[in-house]
Amino acid sequence: MRVYLDHAATAPMAPEAVEAMLPYLSGRFGNPSGSHRESRQARRAVDDAREQIALLLGADPSEVVFTSGGTEADNLAVVGGWEAVAATRPSPPALVCSAMEHHAVLHTCRALARRTGAALREVRSGKDGIVDLEALAEACMPDVGLVSVMTVNNEIGTVQPMDAVASVVRSRSSMAVLHTDAVQAVPWLDAGASTAPADLVAVSAHKFGGPKGVGALVVRHPTTIHPLIHGGGQERERRSGTHNVAGIVAMAAALSATHSARPDTVRRVTALRDRLGDGLLTSVAGSTETGAREHKTAGHLHLRVAGVEGEALVVLLDEAGVSTSAGAACSSGAVEASHVLASMGLGPDEAASGIRFSLGPSTTGEHIDHALAVVPDAVAQLRD
Amino acid sequence: MRVLVAMSGGVDSSVAAALVAEQFGRHQVVGATLKLWGGSSDSGCCSIGDVEDARRVADQLGLVHHVFNFAAAFEDRVVAPYVRGHAEGRTPNPCIECNRHLKFDRLLVRARTLGFDVVATGHHARRRVTAKGRFRLCRGADPLKDQSYVLAMLGQDQLARTLFPVGEMTKAQVREEAARLGLRTATKPDSQDVCFIRSDEGRVGFLGSRLPLHAGRLVDHESGDDLGPVEAVELVTVGQRRGMGHSSDGRRRFVTAVDVPARRVSLGPPEAAHADEVRLHTVTWVDNGPDMPGGNHGNASGAGMGAIAQCSAHGQPVSSVVHSDADGLTVSFSTPQRRIAPGQTVALYDPDHPETVLGSGIAW
Repeated sequence: MRVYLDHAATAPMAPEAVEAMLPYLSGRFGNPSGSHRESRQARRAVDDAREQIALLLGADPSEVVFTSGGTEADNLAVVGGWEAVAATRPSPPALVCSAMEHHAVLHTCRALARRTGAALREVRSGKDGIVDLEALAEACMPDVGLVSVMTVNNEIGTVQPMDAVASVVRSRSSMAVLHTDAVQAVPWLDAGASTAPADLVAVSAHKFGGPKGVGALVVRHPTTIHPLIHGGGQERERRSGTHNVAGIVAMAAALSATHSARPDTVRRVTALRDRLGDGLLTSVAGSTETGAREHKTAGHLHLRVAGVEGEALVVLLDEAGVSTSAGAACSSGAVEASHVLASMGLGPDEAASGIRFSLGPSTTGEHIDHALAVVPDAVAQLRD
Repeated sequence: MRVLVAMSGGVDSSVAAALVAEQFGRHQVVGATLKLWGGSSDSGCCSIGDVEDARRVADQLGLVHHVFNFAAAFEDRVVAPYVRGHAEGRTPNPCIECNRHLKFDRLLVRARTLGFDVVATGHHARRRVTAKGRFRLCRGADPLKDQSYVLAMLGQDQLARTLFPVGEMTKAQVREEAARLGLRTATKPDSQDVCFIRSDEGRVGFLGSRLPLHAGRLVDHESGDDLGPVEAVELVTVGQRRGMGHSSDGRRRFVTAVDVPARRVSLGPPEAAHADEVRLHTVTWVDNGPDMPGGNHGNASGAGMGAIAQCSAHGQPVSSVVHSDADGLTVSFSTPQRRIAPGQTVALYDPDHPETVLGSGIAW
């Protein structure tokens, strides 16, 4: 039996999404930027998808910028959003981000700060996996041009208090643009409501049943961004390049399917996740749950297992048929030391003992039974 | 038998993987690449390109492949001590410390906990088993590529759980085998130098980025006469000749001592740069069982024990006598040797079986 519990890394495609994209991989091949029938057909598909996605993200269609995925959307938000603010200021405005941001935000902020000399303030989180609002308030000085706080943390699944974050930012850093990486939020939360306080919102299709290689950035009026990619001026000059028509169409289909099934999915997966979490906390001595469960999305379970290296546990569980993850995967396939757990004040050994189980819509009770059966044995073997 | 094969992305470990896959069956073998170095590197064994080579060879051989991130341990046990050593006037061998602490400690532990019986590596060395079931570490079959020196710190526990599948082969045979199997690493150049130091920055650039470097004075080793300035005492190694110029009589000068706190480098003529003996700490024996050759180190307390000493990776073996004392060992050479820099490893071989490693120690 194969049990896939790494949905936060990527999820299987929704059948609706596969079906929706197939015509655009064959007969409907037009370039949306042309002026003949094939183009009109493709443009119509992109426009329809844009409207559907905008509706479900609580945005106006003109606010949706299609990108190659979550990482590009985050880069565009941080760099493009900051540059638009910086263009109006005499000196480079400061950057603020939570220290638990995905590398797509964190490393972009660091690179931008290095390149421009802008100050960067990284804000710690509490042991509960929630950004420290007092520390955020201290960082949010009047010089700040862009603040980035993710809607849901990818490693531990904690939902960040975006309303409170926004009120801190608005009251203290009046010129700042607020970006949120909502990549992990879309499968589990009403994306429109949960991201409403932010000016910029990044999403990625493959986390919610769409294909890899397509995502979007919502750029809410009246916020403006500078483009990172120049060329034909697509996406209202905000992101050039021929549209990934099939991907965009599939993203809309996946988002729509996710949205209509979400209440049911959340209810069902929460029960499965709780059974897995409660079961493992009982059967695995020395295991601790990271972050408060009431602040987490339905799909996330993060445990720390004393005396066990998460990297080794992932290998054993893989052999036992269960796909999990320890920390963030880097390009080589190695497991990076978790900067998320470090941002919560956990030491290196404790951070290295972390393992993430992330469930998805297709997770079943049998999957959980299998995981509950094999995890204690794998932990015992590693402790032997 | 389940085998974890350490795959660096080089040709030797690629062929090692192929050989164990053939011998034990590919379902019994898993490949693993260690990510050791977080910084940038081009000459080493853990760049993204090397991981990709290892992974693609594993794919070709039908092996599951993992990457283990040991970067934190590598920093603690190899890189930081290397930097600290230079700050204190020593020249540690990072490859040996990596073998000691990472490949033949962390990796062996990881392999055991994951249920593997042995770890195979691509080292050019041979493991032999005696009639009594004791393990011997012997030079690799290719004298030019023999790596027994950098493995000389291994003991019975590690050798019991280690295989060196290419140890019986010459490098040419390894490359032929890789070519025959169509492995992408068949013509890949051998790795050079220290893996965490980029060739464009060099040792100077690397240490300079990690350490405050101090200018110092060159002095005569006997008279103490000032012989001029030296740019960074931390970058000078005992035994070094390059950049030390010539004495008034035209003879080359060698470094005889480095005193970092005093910012002083002592120089002398060739004979002063040679020594009759070297004292070792951190002494290890491949086998210190009672009737084993290394067990004879008990003999080293009295009249001394005969041994063949090798003082660098490709150094000339020299006949020696070894005495042990409370602090470690004293190795007396039959002919004077270029002074061994503190921190360098000396490997000892059996005079009756010059292929066989007895043990090792680190020069004071």
